[in-house]
Amino acid sequence: MSDAALQSAAPRIDGVWTRLRRRKIALFGMALVVLIVGAALLAPWIAPYDPFEQHFDGLTLFGEPLPPGGDYLLGTDLLGRDLFSRLLYGARTSLFIGVVANGIALVIGTVIGLTAGFFQGWIGAVLMRFTDLMMAFPALLLAICLAAIFQPSLWIVAFVIAMVNWVQTARVIYTETLSLTARDFIAAQRTLGASTARILFKHILPHLMPMIIVWGTLGISTTVLLEATLSYLGVGVQPPTPSWGNIIFENQTYFQAAPWLVFFPGAAIVVLALAFNLVGDALRDVLDPTLRGSD
Amino acid sequence: MKKLLTSTALIAALAAPAFAQESLDPNATPGGGIVVTYKDDVATLDPAIGYDWQNWSMIKSLFDGLMDYVPGTTELRPGLAESYMVSEDGLTFTFSLRSGVTFHNGREMTAADVKYSLDRVTNPETQSPGAGFFAAIAGFDAISDGSASTLEGVTVIDPSTVQIQLSRPDATFLHVMALNFASVVPEEAVAAANGDFGKLPVGTGAFKLDEWTIGQRLVFAKNSDYWRDGLPYLDSVTFEVGQEPIVALLRLQNGEVDVPGDGIPPAKFLEVMGDPEQAARVVEGGQLQTGYITLNVTIPPMDNVEVRKAINMAINKDRITQIINGRAVPATQPLPPSMPGYTEGYAGYAFDPEAAKQMLADAGLADGFETELYVMNTDPNPRIAQAIQQDLAAIGVRASILSLAQANVIEAGGAGTAPMIWSGGMAWIADFPDPSNFFGPILGCSGAEEGGWNWSKFCVEDIDAAATAADSMLDPSAPERLKMWSDVYMKVMDEAPWVPVFNEQRYTMKSARMGGDDSLYVDPVSIPVNYDYVYVTK
Amino acid sequence: MASYTVSRLVQAVLILLGVSFITFFLLYVLPADPVRQIAGRSATPQTVANIREQLGLDQPFIVQYWRYMAGLFQGDMGRSYLQKTDVATLIAARLPASLLLMAAGIGAELVIGLTMGIVAALWRGRAIDNGLMMASFVTVSAPQFVVALLLLYLFAVTLGWFPIGGYGTLAHLVLPALTLGILGSGWYARMMRSSMIEVLRADFVRTARAKGLKRSRVILRHALPNAVLPIIAMIGIDIGIFMGGIVIVEGVFGWPGIGQLAWQAIQRVDIPIIMGVTLVSACAIVLGNLLADLITPLIDPRIRIR
Repeated sequence: MSDAALQSAAPRIDGVWTRLRRRKIALFGMALVVLIVGAALLAPWIAPYDPFEQHFDGLTLFGEPLPPGGDYLLGTDLLGRDLFSRLLYGARTSLFIGVVANGIALVIGTVIGLTAGFFQGWIGAVLMRFTDLMMAFPALLLAICLAAIFQPSLWIVAFVIAMVNWVQTARVIYTETLSLTARDFIAAQRTLGASTARILFKHILPHLMPMIIVWGTLGISTTVLLEATLSYLGVGVQPPTPSWGNIIFENQTYFQAAPWLVFFPGAAIVVLALAFNLVGDALRDVLDPTLRGSD
Repeated sequence: MKKLLTSTALIAALAAPAFAQESLDPNATPGGGIVVTYKDDVATLDPAIGYDWQNWSMIKSLFDGLMDYVPGTTELRPGLAESYMVSEDGLTFTFSLRSGVTFHNGREMTAADVKYSLDRVTNPETQSPGAGFFAAIAGFDAISDGSASTLEGVTVIDPSTVQIQLSRPDATFLHVMALNFASVVPEEAVAAANGDFGKLPVGTGAFKLDEWTIGQRLVFAKNSDYWRDGLPYLDSVTFEVGQEPIVALLRLQNGEVDVPGDGIPPAKFLEVMGDPEQAARVVEGGQLQTGYITLNVTIPPMDNVEVRKAINMAINKDRITQIINGRAVPATQPLPPSMPGYTEGYAGYAFDPEAAKQMLADAGLADGFETELYVMNTDPNPRIAQAIQQDLAAIGVRASILSLAQANVIEAGGAGTAPMIWSGGMAWIADFPDPSNFFGPILGCSGAEEGGWNWSKFCVEDIDAAATAADSMLDPSAPERLKMWSDVYMKVMDEAPWVPVFNEQRYTMKSARMGGDDSLYVDPVSIPVNYDYVYVTK
Repeated sequence: MASYTVSRLVQAVLILLGVSFITFFLLYVLPADPVRQIAGRSATPQTVANIREQLGLDQPFIVQYWRYMAGLFQGDMGRSYLQKTDVATLIAARLPASLLLMAAGIGAELVIGLTMGIVAALWRGRAIDNGLMMASFVTVSAPQFVVALLLLYLFAVTLGWFPIGGYGTLAHLVLPALTLGILGSGWYARMMRSSMIEVLRADFVRTARAKGLKRSRVILRHALPNAVLPIIAMIGIDIGIFMGGIVIVEGVFGWPGIGQLAWQAIQRVDIPIIMGVTLVSACAIVLGNLLADLITPLIDPRIRIR
């Protein structure tokens, strides 16, 4: 491979922002992210009602929730609370879980998978066996235990989610790194005397980026839902604190009678994942060394 | 003394003409089978162990005890015992057993089987959750701590007569003899099962276990040699487990299921009741159940009775009933309305947040206080807890909710660390239809110890003494006794360790082809359905 | 390869030992008391003390753990506290159903997901790509219960093509497998697409194309095998997910799997069952990952595990 080609394998950090701005889809994604983050931060000012207030007129005589329209933009829930307000406040929990917990898991998983796949040998074996242990290990049980010992809280949820997710990321990254490391151009790099750090950062990591982004953005949805499952077990955010996941969970049996209670939070989760994915995809394309000169 | 004699004579007289005189339903058509669904797998069919609301009625259909209930009611009637005599002091019961009763394995039942069964259930090795019910029998303590291997108080007089000696008078004794725990089991079947009698039950009941595919289904087949002539009507009852309640309802609507054992799921309730054709097939009945909030009297400021009364007045029970679609009746006292001893006309603590706030201010808590409300995390309990939370907040009591798994709430309640607990999902349902059953474990001093179910840790010696006195009377349904119990509960309400919130109604939905009196479908003892007496119409 | 396999198997046993210890420990420190669950609400303190002694739950942690492991090595998984039946019997009754559903579910995920991913990668940037990727987001974000019930409504109740839940025939397997397939396909779709795009751009593919090989041949012989690598790893992960997380689908379709068993056991603190199911799942996961690791070099011969 020629020197020029080797050099072109480096990710192009300079001018990222400029290039990102030029892609319409990236702008759209970023706008969505800003929207969601904004909604979460500005919730106390935007929300039409108190998310915890159970309104007397929020239920029918028989205790049914109200559909969207009228006084309550997106309808009310089974206790007569305004759904829209709860979704706005719920954005905080879901963003925290989806981004922070998932993000931490992603970083840890990538580091471990990459290290194990690149160096292999006994480092790799130890790391991967440790990963196996954590994978086989009942995280659910740990969650229940932690919640029983400390009080159930968002931090426990974040911890448990991070623990579950890093393991999965690590395995996928590991396999992919094995494959990449075995390729000719890496051997060539070594022959040329490139340092380990250089190989890792300039050659392997960029090729892993797509996978990391896919795993990360898709993981946002599942971690938000996982938080709901943990809430059900008594581990997550306690009622009446709303989160998109637990709004879905506590109302899912009512999806026929009150579909808005499942549809709107579900849509919110999809939008969240989509937003981060669009930005992530654009970021990936922009950093992609093989697309040099295409924009 | 004289009173005792009269009631004793009355009891003996009532017991005499008790033949297996079945008032059979003239409309009943024998034959056919029904399908009942449940979500949870059946844990066990061993009568000494089974204490689930799910397996309770199943065990009732497989086994019999000395006493029984008139179907669809809370009235005692003789079971395997044809008649019985009670001594003057009420401490000795002599039961005459029916002849010709056979176990499912063909062998005839004798008095020795009764003794074996009672010994077995009180023996610590069996680990029976119901052993404590037999505490009044002489020799119970010895067998409990292992110093004896049989109950001294149970004697076989002859193959068809068994005598039970009590160490103290117990008005509830006959009810205890009607409990599943007192069912008669054959020793050889227990031995043959080698520890797995729960999966291989053999009894004298109307049905026998035909098939059990773990995790999928159980099939009960008619016992054609059943000692009650003409019963059961059904040829078989199939229990399908692992069925989600909503799906069970769909299958009922599709004609595949006859009775959804878990009831109508809350999410579908209004839809079903709103459809006249379906609503007609729903039977509504009361349960011997009360939903309540326990207030821990050892945790300040709820050690102040005025504070507890204020909390009682803060709860809007009508709104909570509305939230559960009207499936309950607001409650004023610990006992449910269908329980003997219920105090008619008692108004309790009316909903009055203003007065409640005033009471708190008078108690020096004008700014309210913070506390915790524990609740079990299955729907609809967290919702009810949140409604309670809002009611409390209106008078300044800031309660944070802890929605946990059942085992954790029970643990906190038993340990006395939970200031308030909403009992939903763990609410007390009577083991037998007697007011004493609602007292001891949940409001009496014995239940207030570490690990007990008296989560409010309520213990007032005087009230306990009054309860014991009421139970020392012989006739469980004597008006004086019921009055004594009513007084006990009124005294409890004066101390307000609980907030009684509602009594949940039971709704049993059945398929169009099922027949039998409505009361059989909301049988207070055989929940949900009394399988022995229902039938299918052709 | 043989020595590698043996050493991995030894490591697997060590991992399982680790899992058993940690799980047992967690259950021990859990504040919820299993004896209370067994003794029920009407038990006297004497009964509670008796039961605790009977089950050996008054012994220190190490003694209890030792007893359990000793029993395990003799093939005895203990007895359920609440059902008094052998744990092995209970698990054996349900495990085949779980494994069947897992296999069918993964199969459905692969069929749906890989197809979506390949199509999306080949028509990259076009409407169908965007549409499929949108679909992958929606399916991954959808709550299991709702999807399962919707499919049941549509295909079983309304159309009547399949039975309304249950177990026993192929017809019973279709809907639950389809549900799992739809829910999990999004991951495979996106990974496959991403992987394919990477591979299609890689040098050796360009070389093959430059040599004049047909596009489809290039895809099948060169691109696909390499793109499939991370998928193999994902299947290993899926096994883990299936062993732990499909209790909802099992519930809706009345599928007699171990998920239901575990869930009930956790609620009731039935420790022997929890231990048993955890160990069985851990076995499946460890073996699944081991298999994935053994297969990977077969697909990409350049990988040599040192």
